[in-house]
Amino acid sequence: MTHTALPRLESAGIDSWMVRLFETIEENNLLWLSALTHDCEVAFGEALVDLVPSYTTLLVTFDPLRISSWEARKRLADVLHNLVPDDAGGEGELHEIATWYDTSVGPDLERVARLSDMSVESVIKTHSFQEYRVFALGFSPGFAFMGLLDESLTCPRMNTPRQKVPAGSVAIAGQQTAAYPAVTPGGWNLIGRTAARLFDRNREGFSLLKVGDRVRFVSVDRQTFESEGGDPAPAEPAKEETGS
Amino acid sequence: MNPATTYGFRVNRAGPLALLQDAGRFGVRHLGVTQSGPADLHAWAWANQLAGNRWGSPVLEVTFGGLELQAECDLTIAVTGADLSAKHDTQPLPMWLRIRIGKGERIVFGAPARGLRAYLAVAGGFSAEPVLGSVACVVREKLGGFDGQGQRLAEGDRLTVSMPDCAYTEAVEAPESEQPDYSRPAVLDLLPGAQIADFTGRSLYDAFNCEWRVDDRADRMGVRLTGPALHCRIGSMVSEGISLGAVQVPPDGQPIALLNDRQTIGGYPRLGNLTPLAASRLAQCLPGQSVRLRPTGAEQALRQHRAFIDQVQA
Repeated sequence: MTHTALPRLESAGIDSWMVRLFETIEENNLLWLSALTHDCEVAFGEALVDLVPSYTTLLVTFDPLRISSWEARKRLADVLHNLVPDDAGGEGELHEIATWYDTSVGPDLERVARLSDMSVESVIKTHSFQEYRVFALGFSPGFAFMGLLDESLTCPRMNTPRQKVPAGSVAIAGQQTAAYPAVTPGGWNLIGRTAARLFDRNREGFSLLKVGDRVRFVSVDRQTFESEGGDPAPAEPAKEETGS
Repeated sequence: MNPATTYGFRVNRAGPLALLQDAGRFGVRHLGVTQSGPADLHAWAWANQLAGNRWGSPVLEVTFGGLELQAECDLTIAVTGADLSAKHDTQPLPMWLRIRIGKGERIVFGAPARGLRAYLAVAGGFSAEPVLGSVACVVREKLGGFDGQGQRLAEGDRLTVSMPDCAYTEAVEAPESEQPDYSRPAVLDLLPGAQIADFTGRSLYDAFNCEWRVDDRADRMGVRLTGPALHCRIGSMVSEGISLGAVQVPPDGQPIALLNDRQTIGGYPRLGNLTPLAASRLAQCLPGQSVRLRPTGAEQALRQHRAFIDQVQA
């Protein structure tokens, strides 16, 4: 089917509109999504319930008892008509995430190295070299999807997810990287662990990372990791084929 | 304990899943925190209405039954939703009705007879410290509930309630038209979404004309429906926010209706969204029950929703 041009407003129930700005994942999307998020807060005020930004879209949920779907659509059309990219705020806050890269807490490091045809040291260097952007939060509270990973590191999600990924695990899958805020099941490849508290109910704003933020992983040794409160308990090995 | 609260119940037996639920957790979904709140908004809202509480007061959501509560003081309560063979001491518990229970008396939920989830509201409302703005209990996220850590009710728990604003008045019953028979096949209104035209013609015909069976993979996150495989020209999409009632279709062609504890973003094409009342109705379906999807329009769906809200806020 041929869709109308972007941006597009799509029905997402009696209380929500999906604002689709882009088709593909690009860093520059964030400048527009940041501006759109801000302008929606202003345009909807008290009638706003939730805004969920993601790679290419913003889901806008409003109170259908305060404004109708049509009124909401009209406000969104106005916002889109006047939208300019947020060149300043769109830059996002920079976080350095101290990470202990080790095969005990990152039991997939060696497989990633093998699949990427490089040494474990090069995997660590490549992963910690680059600055990443937070494209979306989801999966669990404070779980930030970051990218884009250097193409040489691209490694698929595991076929058999782990039942328990330890909190703080730093992981990669496809062209993305993330750190698990809490113990959850998970299918990403574990390459290290951070002591950073990624989600804290007592912190202002709760989540360390927000959409649009910039992140750099900094390699630290075990001692530093533990002195920052990190738990060095080894992670469960993968059930994947080792390829050997 | 807050001086305006008191112990209302002691949990003699917890059953498989009893959770505290207010209207849900809002304003934090961009952080990956789920909406939560009652899976059956309709029955939950009626429980509060009958108990004389304002919208959003915390209520117990009892799934499957098995819960036994003992009153620690005289209380006014209302139980709505599923018929879980509940008893007031030895007598059948009247439902969809404001009733009085005395100190020491027990409310005992049995097994599901019709529907899956019952709602117990107490006049004044259950009381707990909000976490991220809500007491809604999400076990997976370890948020909300009586202890704030997302724990389901456990044997020996003592449940705090707020003192009601006013004394017990006469019994009030919900209108009969608002007391659904959950054992009947459900017809679920669905607002078509943006990807609907990407499904094949045959699949669209099947989606709205075939019977769907509620799978046993069903919980507060979502309910899987089994039936003819639906084919969409889009395999998967870049992940995006998911609103309540979204009916997503993964590559196996079997739709999943996403409910209150859904993940905040996802990347499967969607037929559209169940209306809030249709999502409520689906939350009362037991595995094996059959449902149908019926396309509806935005105007009608909103009118219906507002009429429901007017009734429960009267």
